[in-house]
Amino acid sequence: MSGYFGSYVVVLALFAIGLLIVAGVLLVNRALRPSRPTAEKLLTYECGVDPVGDGWAQSQVRYYVFTYLYVIFAVDAVFLFPWATIFAEPGFGTTTLAEMFVFLGFIALGILYAWRKRVLTWT
Amino acid sequence: MIAEVLDVAVRLVVIVAVFLVLPLVAGQMEHKVMAHMQARLGPMYAGGFHGWAQLIADGVKFMQKEQVIPAAADRRVFTLAPGVALVPYLLVMVVIPVGPGLVGVDLDAGLFFVLAVMGIGVLGSIMAGWSSGNKYSVLGGMRSAAQLMSYELPLVLAASSVAMAAGTLSLPGIVAAWQWWWLPWQAIGGVIFFVAGLAELRRPPFDMPIADSELIMGPMTEYTGIRFALFMLAEYAGIIVVSALTSVLFLGGWHGPLLPGPVWMLIKVFLLVFVVIWLRVSYPRLREDQLQRLAWAGLVPLALVQLALTGVVRVIAG
Repeated sequence: MSGYFGSYVVVLALFAIGLLIVAGVLLVNRALRPSRPTAEKLLTYECGVDPVGDGWAQSQVRYYVFTYLYVIFAVDAVFLFPWATIFAEPGFGTTTLAEMFVFLGFIALGILYAWRKRVLTWT
Repeated sequence: MIAEVLDVAVRLVVIVAVFLVLPLVAGQMEHKVMAHMQARLGPMYAGGFHGWAQLIADGVKFMQKEQVIPAAADRRVFTLAPGVALVPYLLVMVVIPVGPGLVGVDLDAGLFFVLAVMGIGVLGSIMAGWSSGNKYSVLGGMRSAAQLMSYELPLVLAASSVAMAAGTLSLPGIVAAWQWWWLPWQAIGGVIFFVAGLAELRRPPFDMPIADSELIMGPMTEYTGIRFALFMLAEYAGIIVVSALTSVLFLGGWHGPLLPGPVWMLIKVFLLVFVVIWLRVSYPRLREDQLQRLAWAGLVPLALVQLALTGVVRVIAG
C-alpha cells in the first residue's frame, strides 16, 4: 500500500464494499419479498389511465445547447486544477496571474457570446 | 504490514458506519425540522420517543415489499440504476477528512477525485429515467442531465478557487492550510459550491427533475420497494456528502476552539444539513428556465469573480 497508485487500493476496497452492500440488500429483499405479478401491475404508470403510445416517445430536447456549452467550459476548467496548485509558487506570481485573467476573459467572452446569441433564453 | 492492513480496515469500517448512519439521522432530522417549521409534529409513534425509529420502521417495510419492474422497462439498466446512484457517495467519503490524520485515504488529487466521482451519482438518475419506459421518467431524466450540465461548471470553478488558495488538491492539505480569514475571502465561492451542490442533488428548490406535482416522481416514478429506498438513501447520503465537502473546503473542517476536531466537523455538517432542510421548507420550486438562468447568468459569472479575487489576493499576500 505504498506509492502513488497504492492509495487507490483503499478506494477500490471501498468500492467493493459498496457493491457488497447493494448486492446484500437486494439479496435479503429477494428472500423476504412476495412475488405476484399481474398484467395490470406491470403496466406503465400514467396517473391511472392506460398508457398512451410508447414511453420512449419522440420529444424535443432543449438542453442540448447547454451540453455544448458545458463541454467547452469543462474542458477549459480541467486545466485550472494543475495550474492552481503551483500558480503562487516563488518565481511565478505576476505572470501566472496575468495568464489567469486571460483564461477568465476567454470564459467570460464565451458566456457573453452565448448570451448575445440568445442561447441562454428559453423558447 | 498487518498493522497497516488493520489500520485501513478500521478506517473503512468507520466510513461504512458513517455512510449507513448519518443519512438516517439527516432523514429523521428532516422529518422533525420540517414538521416543526410547518407547525406539525411529524412522526411521533415509531420507537416511542418522538418517533425516533421511523426510518428504521420504513427500512423494515421496504425490505419486504414486492419488486415491480414494468413490462415496458429496460430490465437490466432499470435494476442497476439505484446502485449507480448510491455507491459514488460512499466512495467520496473515503477522502473527506474529519480531523488531523483522520481520513480514509489522503489522495493527491482528492478534490479532483471528489468532483469526478460525484458526477457519476447523477448518472443513476438519468439511467433510471431512460430505462423506466415512462414518459414522466424520461422527462425527469432529461432534466437531471441538464441540471448536472449546468451546475457542474460553477461547482468546479468554486472548488478550484479553494485549490488556488491552498495550493494543493488534497483535502486534508486544504483544511490544514485553512485560516479564519478565508471565510470572508472565499465566501462567494462557498455559497456557489453549496447551491450548485444542492442542484446536483436535485433538492428543493432545485427539484425540477422530480417535481411531484407535474412529473409524479420524475426518474423514480416506476420504482418501488427496496430500490426506491436505495434512491432515497442516495439522496440523504448526498446531502451529508455535500455538507461535509462545503465544511471541509470553505468552513475550515475540523478547525474550531475548545472541542476536538471531529466534533466540530459534525457540528458544521449538521448545521449545513439544517440549512438544506430550511431551504426546502422556505423556497418554491424554480421553473426549468429559471434554473438554467441561475446557473449560467448568476453562478458562473460570480464564480469567475471569485477566481479573480482569489488569484489577486494570493499573489499580493505572497
